[in-house]
Amino acid sequence: MSDKPEITDSSGNNYKYGFVTQIEADTAPKGLNEDIIRFISAKKGEPDWLLDWRLKAYRHWLTMSEPHWAKLVYDAIDYQNLSYYAAPVQKAKPKSLDEVDKTLLDTYNRLGIPLKEQEVLSGVAVDAVFDSVSVATTYRAKLAEKGVIFCSISEAVKQHPALVRKYLGSVVPYTDNFFACLNSAVFTDGSFVFIPKGVTCPMELSTYFRINAKNTGQFERTLIIAEDDSYVSYLEGCTAPQRDEYQLHAAIVEIVVLNRAEVKYSTVQNWYPGDKDGRGGVYNFVTKRAACRGCNAKISWTQVETGSAVTWKYPSCILEGDNSCGEFYSVAITNNRQQADTGTKMIHLGKNTTSKIISKGISAGHSNQTYRGLVKVASQADNARNYSQCDSLLIGSTCGSHTVPYIENRNKSATLEHEATTSKISEEQLFYCLQRGISEEEAIGLIVNGFCKDVMQHLPMEFAIEAAKLINISLEGGVG
Amino acid sequence: MIQTPLLEVKNLYAGVPEKEILKDLSLCINKGEVHALMGPNGAGKSTLSYVLAGKPDYTVTKGSIFFKGKDFLPLKPDERAHLGLFLSMQSPVAIAGVSCSNFLKHAVNAKRKAQNLPELDAAEFLKLLREKAKELNISGDMLKREMNVGFSGGEKKRLEALQMSLLQPDLAILDETDSGLDVDAVRIVAESVNRLRAQDTSLLIITHHIKLLTYLQPDVVHVYNDGHILCSGDMALAQEIENHGYTQFTEAK
Repeated sequence: MSDKPEITDSSGNNYKYGFVTQIEADTAPKGLNEDIIRFISAKKGEPDWLLDWRLKAYRHWLTMSEPHWAKLVYDAIDYQNLSYYAAPVQKAKPKSLDEVDKTLLDTYNRLGIPLKEQEVLSGVAVDAVFDSVSVATTYRAKLAEKGVIFCSISEAVKQHPALVRKYLGSVVPYTDNFFACLNSAVFTDGSFVFIPKGVTCPMELSTYFRINAKNTGQFERTLIIAEDDSYVSYLEGCTAPQRDEYQLHAAIVEIVVLNRAEVKYSTVQNWYPGDKDGRGGVYNFVTKRAACRGCNAKISWTQVETGSAVTWKYPSCILEGDNSCGEFYSVAITNNRQQADTGTKMIHLGKNTTSKIISKGISAGHSNQTYRGLVKVASQADNARNYSQCDSLLIGSTCGSHTVPYIENRNKSATLEHEATTSKISEEQLFYCLQRGISEEEAIGLIVNGFCKDVMQHLPMEFAIEAAKLINISLEGGVG
Repeated sequence: MIQTPLLEVKNLYAGVPEKEILKDLSLCINKGEVHALMGPNGAGKSTLSYVLAGKPDYTVTKGSIFFKGKDFLPLKPDERAHLGLFLSMQSPVAIAGVSCSNFLKHAVNAKRKAQNLPELDAAEFLKLLREKAKELNISGDMLKREMNVGFSGGEKKRLEALQMSLLQPDLAILDETDSGLDVDAVRIVAESVNRLRAQDTSLLIITHHIKLLTYLQPDVVHVYNDGHILCSGDMALAQEIENHGYTQFTEAK
């Protein structure tokens, strides 16, 4: 692989696809311009409409500026100094676990992740060892029987173009915000899920099992469509720390929920948070949004966020259909120098729509955390109801926690409730645990897990157990 | 037979910043002995229990504490617990979201780990827990509830007694364990304490009242005020206090 792949115009006409064959390397040169976008699109063999859409997004992005309303402080991002294609796999893959970072393996072991999964997670070239093909084939056959489509978004563009074209950008238009716009221009891969009418997806879908589409890079794009009367539970990420040193992640998740359908989306996010002094780590600027388009549709977001140096993330629910329902359950943990500005938006448009927000923020070390949430009730949304509960827990005296709830109500029949608390782990609680022989770190883990219980119980079982362990690990060294 | 001192406190001075509470306190408890410490409100009884357990808010300025022949002062509260000290607290705190059974499992396994014993898995622990809970008349429903959240005074004390019986300490300090308990509950707790006693657990019972003591029949009764022990005797001394109050001792000083 050469460091500077040559880009030439082989056709002599416009750039559209002409130069692609010249580049064998899997990396685009640094920088962002229309040629790079054409390169990405061509590399993925995309149809014209998608390239046009990407270019429109790019041109729009040029007119936008990076938002700075969140309570986050970070070094300026040089968008021309990034590589926008296939970047994070530059390093040679380790040949075995012996070559993998010891601290990483230690964490895997403590999370109880089986050895073979560890190999996959740490990027060991496992094709010969791990029977990924058979796993993939088994579940694919099972899903296909029910008509469920679960594949990478690139594959979906080729296999199911009509569906992708109909729904892509329909929940998060490329004009939505700076980072979503950037993603629309340069997204590399992600997941596509389609649950047909009346089907209850026979298993929980997880990105982890979609082995064929790992290394999706910084600009993931996920699209989930649940047709009438269908149900799916989708798990994103895995609880093992992904040591991706890459700086910028700007992902999009779009979910369309039709009549009486239900989507449950669970995330455990544990990107590299940077070191103790705040050097390095992932900047996570994510736009996640679900539209309940049909009546009685339901979307439920559950997230456990322990990673990233900077988090900017507001999974939202647009409740268009009458009687539709949105839920947001969140645990965000920040330690050391991490910063998180996260929350949700509940947009009530339909009649009798309900929403519920349970947010638990835990700050330790020198970290800073903000809950930012919007509950909006449109004038036509009769009898809308929202219940919000935002609890913050502080560990030590050098961290910060902020709660910024926005409420916009244009309908008198709405019922909106908001509760917020801020507390510290009390000396009395700690002493009590210590007196019973429980160490300080274990005690904090226990108390924090108790604090998060209302959220954790919404995670699928096996996820919940790993997430609980992860919480303990994330808080290590955050005390005193 | 030569007695081995389990707890040996010598000329101890301790308190919170700007206030000395324990003043020249000395106390020796041998293996298997039951001591009662009686004293008026504000005598510093709870302070003594906190200092022994190593609560960080309290500083020892002079004197020594030895437990099983080990210098206790440099040890952290959890290390003291692992060595076999248990403090049944007067008002145990609530820990929201943490079920009693989960908490107890952590406590039991933390001690086993410190003793280099294998940790109990969920099934083994549950068996042990059920057995001990039954002795204290504690229902499975109560064990599922969050630690001390919404517990009545009596429930809190029974949960403390349950922990004591699970952790099998060498020395248990009962800080006003009888306060807030009705007659039946006092009897149930006393029975559980007596079971421990049968296994050679030493006890330091801090109380105002004679009720619990009549069940437990202490070997030694101390009258305590103003941060130190005024005089010591047997059950007759406790009876004397019950009949005539503390003033005779505090004024005699």
